[in-house]
Amino acid sequence: MSRWTLVITTIIGCYLLKLAGYLVPARALDHPRMRRLVELLPVALLAALVVVEALANGRRLQFDGPRLAGFAAAALAVWRRAPFLVVVVLAGVTAALLRLA
Amino acid sequence: MTTGPPADAARSSAVRNSLGVGLAVGVYGVAFGAASVAAGLSVLQTSLLSLLAFTGGTQFAVVGVVAGGGTVAAALGSGLLLASRNTLYAMRLAPLLRVRGLGRLVAAHGTIDESTAMAIGQRSPELARVAFWWTFAGVFAFWNLSTVLGAVGTSALGDPNRFGLDAVIPAAFLALLAPRLRTGAIERRVALGGAAIAVALIPLTPPGVPVLASCAALLLAATIRGGPP
Repeated sequence: MSRWTLVITTIIGCYLLKLAGYLVPARALDHPRMRRLVELLPVALLAALVVVEALANGRRLQFDGPRLAGFAAAALAVWRRAPFLVVVVLAGVTAALLRLA
Repeated sequence: MTTGPPADAARSSAVRNSLGVGLAVGVYGVAFGAASVAAGLSVLQTSLLSLLAFTGGTQFAVVGVVAGGGTVAAALGSGLLLASRNTLYAMRLAPLLRVRGLGRLVAAHGTIDESTAMAIGQRSPELARVAFWWTFAGVFAFWNLSTVLGAVGTSALGDPNRFGLDAVIPAAFLALLAPRLRTGAIERRVALGGAAIAVALIPLTPPGVPVLASCAALLLAATIRGGPP
């Protein structure tokens, strides 16, 4: 079953990636440009995940009112440096209330 | 080496803050449990991911691709690329934690955004170790408990988007991204580039590929001379 393949390979891959950092010599990061690229990788990925989760429905772009309103409320909270908890709860509550309306 | 009341106060403050981080992350665990079951994974598969993969961003990325109908390769690709930042964290933590043998195997499992951030923010290696282990313990306990709650709740209550889950997930990724955007102009350009690539590819490629392809935004950074990090 491919779902199980995915779950098990994700688990093994995640653990080995963590462990690898304790096993490789710290020298591997000495090159500043190498270190910079490793630091920037999650920036690109997280930005892509933000837009994909906010705008995609499978292979379609979807502009869903409550979803975007919840996300906008959260973005405002992030901008005002609200705690993580406030950000996620605000997003969910905003979208849920708009769906009730 | 300092001991006495100030050290004790610093120690208990580090423990308190670490457990607070765990509690905050717990809410996000409910969202993961719900998203994973809504994507079609079982409660068992969902719980195993939280227990054993134990790295939230990656877990969300993987089930997001599954929900969109993407392939195993695309899900694994974006998930593991995102998890590769934990390798970097481990390299920074290794000299602080100075763990060996079994301790090292356990510490590796706990090497995530929160435990790293709490550890490297401390004044001494001793406090860094306290913050690392307590944050790991707090996040692990709450993340797994809340994953089960979210997964079982979704099985019972149905469509989690009624509760705004579809807005919670991009909001949480934005909250993870925001501190990185504040560190510099190159970060903001890479983020804009990654987002633009992803939007352009959503209608053109299978789910998962837009996130993988966003790495091309790093070419922006590669053309810029690397100053001090």
